[in-house]
Amino acid sequence: MPVDLKAVTRRPPEVVKVRVKRFHPEKGQGWWQTYEIKTYRGMTVLDALLKIKAEVDHTLVFRYSCRMGVCGSCGVVVNGEPRLSCQTQISEKATPERPEVVVEPLYNFPVLRDLTTDFTEFFEKHRKVRPYLIRLDKQERENPALEYEQRPEELEAFYEYTLCISCGLCDAACPVYASNPRFLGPQALAYAYRYLADSRDEGWRLRLEELERDGSVYRCHFAASCSSVCPKVVDPAGAIQRLRRALLAYNLRLFKKRTAKNVEPMKVSAERWPLPPEARLMEGVDLEAQEKGAPVIPKEKLLED
Amino acid sequence: MRLNVIEHDVVIVGSGIAGLRTAVEIKRRYGEKLNVGLISKVQLMRSHSVSAEGGTAAVIYKEEGDSLALHAWDTIKGSDFLADQDAVWLFVKLAPEEMRLLEHWGMPWSRRPDGRLAQRAFGGHTYNRTLFAADKTGFYEMQTLYNKLLEYDGWERYDEWFVTNIHIEDNEFRGLFAINPRDGEVYLFKAKAAVLATGGAGRLYSFTTYAHTVTGDGLAMALRAGLPLKDMEFIQFHPTGLVPSGILITEAARGEGGYLKNNKGERFMARYAPQKMELAPRDIVSRSIMMEIKEGRGFVDEASGYEYVHLDLTHLGEEKINERLPAIRELAMKHAGVDPVEEPIPIRPVAHYTMGGIHTDSYYRALNAEGRWVRGLFVAGEAAAASIHGANRLGSNSTTECLVSGRIVGELAAEYALRTKEAKGPARERVEREESWVYHLVRKERGTPTYQLRRELQETMNSKFYVFREGDQMRDGALKIEKLEELMWSEAYVEDKSKVYNTDLILALETLNMIEVGKVIARSAIARAESRGAHYRIDFKGRDDKEWLKHTLTLRYGERDVRLIYEPVRIDTWKPTERRY
Repeated sequence: MPVDLKAVTRRPPEVVKVRVKRFHPEKGQGWWQTYEIKTYRGMTVLDALLKIKAEVDHTLVFRYSCRMGVCGSCGVVVNGEPRLSCQTQISEKATPERPEVVVEPLYNFPVLRDLTTDFTEFFEKHRKVRPYLIRLDKQERENPALEYEQRPEELEAFYEYTLCISCGLCDAACPVYASNPRFLGPQALAYAYRYLADSRDEGWRLRLEELERDGSVYRCHFAASCSSVCPKVVDPAGAIQRLRRALLAYNLRLFKKRTAKNVEPMKVSAERWPLPPEARLMEGVDLEAQEKGAPVIPKEKLLED
Repeated sequence: MRLNVIEHDVVIVGSGIAGLRTAVEIKRRYGEKLNVGLISKVQLMRSHSVSAEGGTAAVIYKEEGDSLALHAWDTIKGSDFLADQDAVWLFVKLAPEEMRLLEHWGMPWSRRPDGRLAQRAFGGHTYNRTLFAADKTGFYEMQTLYNKLLEYDGWERYDEWFVTNIHIEDNEFRGLFAINPRDGEVYLFKAKAAVLATGGAGRLYSFTTYAHTVTGDGLAMALRAGLPLKDMEFIQFHPTGLVPSGILITEAARGEGGYLKNNKGERFMARYAPQKMELAPRDIVSRSIMMEIKEGRGFVDEASGYEYVHLDLTHLGEEKINERLPAIRELAMKHAGVDPVEEPIPIRPVAHYTMGGIHTDSYYRALNAEGRWVRGLFVAGEAAAASIHGANRLGSNSTTECLVSGRIVGELAAEYALRTKEAKGPARERVEREESWVYHLVRKERGTPTYQLRRELQETMNSKFYVFREGDQMRDGALKIEKLEELMWSEAYVEDKSKVYNTDLILALETLNMIEVGKVIARSAIARAESRGAHYRIDFKGRDDKEWLKHTLTLRYGERDVRLIYEPVRIDTWKPTERRY
């Protein structure tokens, strides 16, 4: 369901019931708890949870950090749908007829306590797809003279898949992830495609062979619930389809990829921009020499000190 | 009693751009020769650096006219001449390589049509030298570094561990203490070298761009361990915080051509910075906005009561906004109900950056009050005051500093660890003392929950230590903070008695950190009887180089008090002059 962008301008019902699914690991006990809170225009589900934590129940546990939809901490299930709590308006979910918001921990993730879930496996699956640029010349990669050439249209080819904030909502929504513990999940697979499609990456052979062996790409049923819940409008379902196509081409020995080289050194030589007249040098300073000198970190001296 | 000990060669506290860059530097240079522990109070890729938007400054195409000297000069002038100039030189020289390393590691930098790296205008920079990845630059830097680190073995992650204190003995780093979220136990981390990359202290304010989690923990720990904090009176107020949430609207919005307008529709910056207009440095633009508001030319948000002005992007057109400022559009729509393609964005100055930090030299080694290196201890990123930002940081220099300082301390910490035989820990009784310190709040049966104390601190900082400051107001604020500290020790308690994910306890410990740092900001600000950079006093309006061209160092004195000492600024290239834009 797309986010209702006008919700922030609407005043939610004055008093809203927040029903939270709780779990206490030391007591091994789960229960539902309902809090009644006063709302205001612009209140998010995260704001509501923070208000409960500060004013009503200090023992309620949930994750959050940036409160602006970019850190990926605050994924929960709101009224049955995986959402970032910081970008879900109370007014989007609570209506005058049903002034209630139901908050649960992310589906498909083990619950640690209340709304806090265990991401260990999620992070391991992410790591499995080698989420970094692979270059044949490692030396050059670690000692770049210049940047790899990448035109805007080449960036465009994978840009969408860089938007992933690793919040886990897609995996929480995925029916295959729910039933098959070996399935890498939409998050990791979208990431795999991001690097395969990056014109700078030379690891396509390794990536495709590993993906073929793993088989996750073929286990996707294309429910596409991942794409519909993604708060950053990444399309993991589309990425998985593209991976399938790439694997098919690779298996038929038809996969081709041209990879980027460093840009050519610049040929232009413009006038140096002058420093403004108020930049008055101290006596005896040789600016040119200062500027030309390589950066020095005198390790021996610094560490003996 | 069981003693929980974890040992690494190097331990890094904080997983923002600076912490991750440090870890990557150690791993890529030294591989598995060194074992690294990376501790973060959040999951590793979620640190507040993800919220950096506009870009990262560096001189990458000298051929087109930019120069290191110009970057250095812009930074020093921007700092209102409080920057240490030798530190600035090292910074501008190391910056270009960082841009290309990130690029080679997968950073999706925005590009020019010819496939080179794109750069945009930013406030106070006289050349368009800010590299960017749309308006999610910090997010992508985090993503690139975190993923790069996953390439390596020989490091351990400690997601959501909360570091409570560092231990220094004989002027040497001897370990640190952290709470394991899964079992609630206090663990001792022994390491040959440590890097503090814990960020700033922006959550001392409630109207702030910072994530909820940026509570000045590293600064407070340093202070408790007897280390000086430097220049803490200089808090940057970013001109364009979204009303009412405080979410950052990047300076790139003005770099790409956005206008600031008052309620008469005037581009009021013409009055304050006729040449640079909207692209004057942040301290100047923030003061200009507050002047407009004070003189009745602002707007009022009825729900929050905040006064504001407009940031108008409507003339940029939908295509440019979507290409260059997509996150700004998303944030304005989702959090303020405003589509910047069609209407101006409501903004006001917002707490954004901590220029001050833990006292270091130009190489980010932690220094004690005598100026000697605390062996084994380094600081990186916003937590450090090297100082390259002085009294006012230029936009897009912070992410650069995170990268450069991470690169420097990664190498130094690794080299130091290689030369050091063993990690000496503290005595057992020190560990026991830590445990009882941490749990005294939990053991208490009744008292005051700390949430109210936190809110009162934030309100005090919002009102007394904002864009315009005044002596009596600040002294009121300082008294209030001292009372809060008193209450923190006598009344505060934690209701949650659980050992698993006890965030009630973590929030209480954060609140103590915030109060301790708040006290230092207050004392430093009250003492500085001049206006320089972000520290503007209506009772001392001019800059006073004769008395105040010096760094403030604050030290803990006794149990509660604070002692101020001063240190000269290292000026080795340009003479301070009047700062006009």
